[in-house]
This record gives sequence, C-alpha cells and structure tokens, in this order.
Amino acid sequence: MSEMLSLEFMRTALLAALCVGLVAPMVGIFLVQRRLSLVGDGIGHVALAGVAVGVATQNSPVWSALVAAVLASVLIELVRARGRTSGDLALALMFYGGIAAGVVIINRADGAQTGTLTGFLFGSITTTSREELALFAALSVVIAGVVLLLRQRFFAVAGDEEYARASGLPVLALNIVLGVLTAVTVVVAMRVIGLLLISALMVIPNAAAQQLSGSFRAAGRWAVGFGVLASVGGVMASYQLDTAAGGTVVLLAIAVFVAAALAGSLRRALARRRHRHAERHLHEHGPDCGHAAVPHGDHVDYLHDGHRHAAHEGHYDEHADEAHVQPEPEEANR
Amino acid sequence: MLVRSTEVVRLHQAAFGYQGRPVVTDVDLSVRRGEVVAVLGPNGSGKTTLVKGLLGLSEHLSGEVSVLGTPLARLRDRTRVGYVPQRHTLTGGVRATVLEVVLTGLLSSRPWWRPLGRDALTPALAALDTVGLADRARFDVETLSGGQQRRVLIARALVARPEVLVMDEPTAGVDRTSQQVLAGVLRRLGEAGTTMVVVTHELSALRGVVDRIVEVDSGHLTYDGTPEGYAVHQAELARAAGRGPAAPDGRHTRTGETGGAR
Repeated sequence: MSEMLSLEFMRTALLAALCVGLVAPMVGIFLVQRRLSLVGDGIGHVALAGVAVGVATQNSPVWSALVAAVLASVLIELVRARGRTSGDLALALMFYGGIAAGVVIINRADGAQTGTLTGFLFGSITTTSREELALFAALSVVIAGVVLLLRQRFFAVAGDEEYARASGLPVLALNIVLGVLTAVTVVVAMRVIGLLLISALMVIPNAAAQQLSGSFRAAGRWAVGFGVLASVGGVMASYQLDTAAGGTVVLLAIAVFVAAALAGSLRRALARRRHRHAERHLHEHGPDCGHAAVPHGDHVDYLHDGHRHAAHEGHYDEHADEAHVQPEPEEANR
Repeated sequence: MLVRSTEVVRLHQAAFGYQGRPVVTDVDLSVRRGEVVAVLGPNGSGKTTLVKGLLGLSEHLSGEVSVLGTPLARLRDRTRVGYVPQRHTLTGGVRATVLEVVLTGLLSSRPWWRPLGRDALTPALAALDTVGLADRARFDVETLSGGQQRRVLIARALVARPEVLVMDEPTAGVDRTSQQVLAGVLRRLGEAGTTMVVVTHELSALRGVVDRIVEVDSGHLTYDGTPEGYAVHQAELARAAGRGPAAPDGRHTRTGETGGAR
C-alpha cells in the first residue's frame, strides 16, 4: 500500500479514479432513470473522433474529446426532443460514425500503431499527467456542483417529462445540461476506464444502489459510495494483480452489484419473516376511515377490531409492539 | 371585468393537434371557477388532445385559448394549472419515495438556484393528507397499489395549490375500491371549490361530483351541458340509431386503451 502510494503515477491514478468514482454515478442515475443507460457509450464513441483529431494535430486529446462529446450530447437531446422514430437511427449513425472516424484518423496519424488507440478505448490511467489530473478534478467539481444544484429538477424531468413540461420546467434546457454533464463525465472517465467501458461506471453502481434503497436520495448516496469503491478499489487491485485498470474497475463494480443484489434479497426475506400481515384487507385506513389512529414510532397504526394495523408496502401489518421493519429510515427531504 | 375573472378556461373556435395536424377543431368552451367538468368521448375522439391543449402539451393551432384570464402562450406561472396525467410508471427506471414524487410538483415555483429544502415538506405532506396518503410519504411508490399511485399523482398536482386541476382518466384501470376512494378525493376537492376538468370513461364513479359534461367525438364537441341532460342526449342518439336506450350513466363500452396521442 505505502509502496503504491510512494509512486507518483499511482497517486495521480488514484486521485483520477476518485474523481470518476464520485461523478460518474451522480450523472448516471438520471440516465438509468430515463432508461438511456447506454447513451454514455454512444457519447464515448463520438469522443473517440475528438481524441483522434487531437492526436492527429498533436494537441491535447482531452480538449478535442470534450468538444466532440459535448456536441454529440447536445445533438442527442435535440434529436430526442423531436421524438421521431428515425431519431434512433440518426443516433446510431452518429455513434458508429464517431468511432469509425476515430479509428481511421488515429491509425493514419499514428502510423498504424494500435497502442494509442487501445489506451483510449480501454483506459490508460497510469499515463495520466498532472495537468490532466488538475483538469479532471476541476471538471469533477463542476459536475458535482451542477448535479447537487439541479438534481431535483433532473429527477422530475427524467421521471415524467410530460408533467415537467406542463408544470413549467424548462425541459429541453435541463436535458441539454444533463447531456453536457454526461459528455464531460465521459471525458473525465476516458483515461481511467476507457471510452468503451465508461457507461459501466455510470450505470452499474446505480443498479447496485437500486437493490438497497427505495428512496431516490438514499440510492444516490449508495451509488456514489459504490462508484468510489469500484474505481479506487479497482485501480489498487489492478496494481497488485498487474491487470488492466479499466477492466478491473468494471469487474469490481459488477462484483459490488452482485453483493448488493444478494444483500437486498436477504434483507427483504428477513423483513418478510419478521412481520405478520393482517388478514386479507380490503378496507383502506385513512384519516377519515373511522378507525382510531395511534401514533407508533415514525408512523400511524389504526385500531381495527382490537388489532393494530400499519400500512406496509401495499398491505397492512399486524403491529403488536416491537417487531417491525421500518420501510425506509432515510430522510425524504431530498 | 368580473365575468372574465370567474372564467378559468375560455376556448373560442380553438383547434389543437400534433405536428401541425388538427385532432380537435372548432371548440367553444368556457369553464367557470369551481366547476367540475367531465370530458367524455370514445377512444381516439380527441378528448385527451383537447385537455392537453389547456396545458400546452398539444399544439394550439388556431382560435383563442385563454386560461385564468391570460392567453395560454403568455401564462407564465404554469403551477396555477395542476395536471394529473394518465401514467403507469411514476419515476422512470429508478425507485423513489412518495414524498420525492410529490415534491417535484413544487419545483417550478422556485428559482432554479434554490433547491427545495425542509420548508417544502409541509405543503407536500398536506397534499398527501388531502388524498389520504400522509402515512405513506416515505414508502417506495412502486409498492403502492394502482389506485394509490393515482392519488400520489393528484397530490403532486395539488402541492403547488393550482387554481384549476386537469386530470386524464384518474379512475381508469384501478379496482372498484380504489375508484371509490378516488371519487371521494375528487368530491372533497370539488366541495372545497377546486375547478376540475376530468377526462374519464367511468362517469358512474364520479356521480355527484361532476357538475357538467362535455362530450367529444371525432374531433368536435358533441354535447355540453348537465349530467341529467346528457342521459337524455344519449337516449336520443340511441333512438336515432335504433339501438334502444343507452346506459343512463353515459359510460362507454370500450374502456381498454386510452386512445389519442400522448
């Protein structure tokens, strides 16, 4: 461990991994919510064309990748907003065109050496320069700041776009901002896990978090924790095991997902064993149902023929006193 | 003008549609404050397009449309018109609590740089109380029944205290018990003086709540009047078609898909 941290390139690599682990799930949760989990892949494909232009013109590939990715993300939102069925094909053309142009330009500029190309496609975290790290850190701060400020609006738009529009939220503008954040995240993650695997770190920690929480706010926190665990842990493991960092990060994220899924089903099974359902219950308790309401911890029980009934996940539990699994202990004040 | 201020919705020769193509045309309609109007019509008749026109969700193609005394395009504060869409998923591909869904109804009343804080909880819980779901605030919405999820959407529409509530099939696709609970919620809202425009198939579920019926067929208004008059109108139509008297509650036989463009 101390040996690893004594190496300059490893310190840089771990800090870059920390940035990615933090921001990728923060942005990714809205992609999962919109059921557009794979859109990060598409932006990654287009970013490769930007990288290629940087390599060919001997400029920093990060900046040109950023420009290409941002343009792609804005275009995606404009195509989506038009809502035509041909939009899907338009996006496919753009994504494949991006990666194909990237491959052609890089090989042409690089004398057909595949090293540079694989570095961008699958990540080459240990070649991250200090200047790049500073840029990634600054971009990560911006991404995190914007998400924290606008997450409630992103949640509303991603959850129910039509309602958001009817209620007066600027839907297209919010979607474009989210698209740009996705593009910037792709570029920040490019060095660490590579353009082909980027979506994994936006999506998998969120998939894992969904196994453990029924609240959006809590799931977001879990996802960031899992993202940091997978990216920092994966980079460390890849150093110890001498494996490719990007792939290791993603495999670790999948392992975290499997563990979370197991923990989630275990918790649900325990919750089922520890509480008793009320008999088949057609009546619905409420403020004016006529049954006396009794405060019980963080909820209300209703007295029904000598039983205490508490609402729980679509049915009523018998509440004698102690044994009840709280539905969701998190604060709901997002 | 006093007359104007009591008029919540005023349509004159209005047409609405999608991508430039009209779906409903020549609509003359005026809804006064406190009225509960049911919009009926077969699938694909254009009734959803009509009410979506009041929300700016379908295109306003011609005629005059004013909502709350302002031409629709110039109505800045959209929270004054509440909307309960017909939906089957509430949160997209992730899970969220009832409270988190209801709070989204408050967002557009705040500037973008000010996220909702603790102070937003009070109106959100009050709205949930109105629909009888205050004790479910911290539940995952996916664990609620279909009828309860509809009530969550009503609470989301109520949280910003709208002056008029537009609802699309609030009672469709839920079991009879939930329908009765929903009807009770709408009745309480109606008694509290909330103006409502409700697209529905199940007029029987809303008996006693609805003051007025508007029927849309093939893109035109075909009836506008009292519920009692509507039963007569239906019977006349049925006689003209030689089919015998229609169901007096005006219920339509096809209750499957929602019809119309979403």
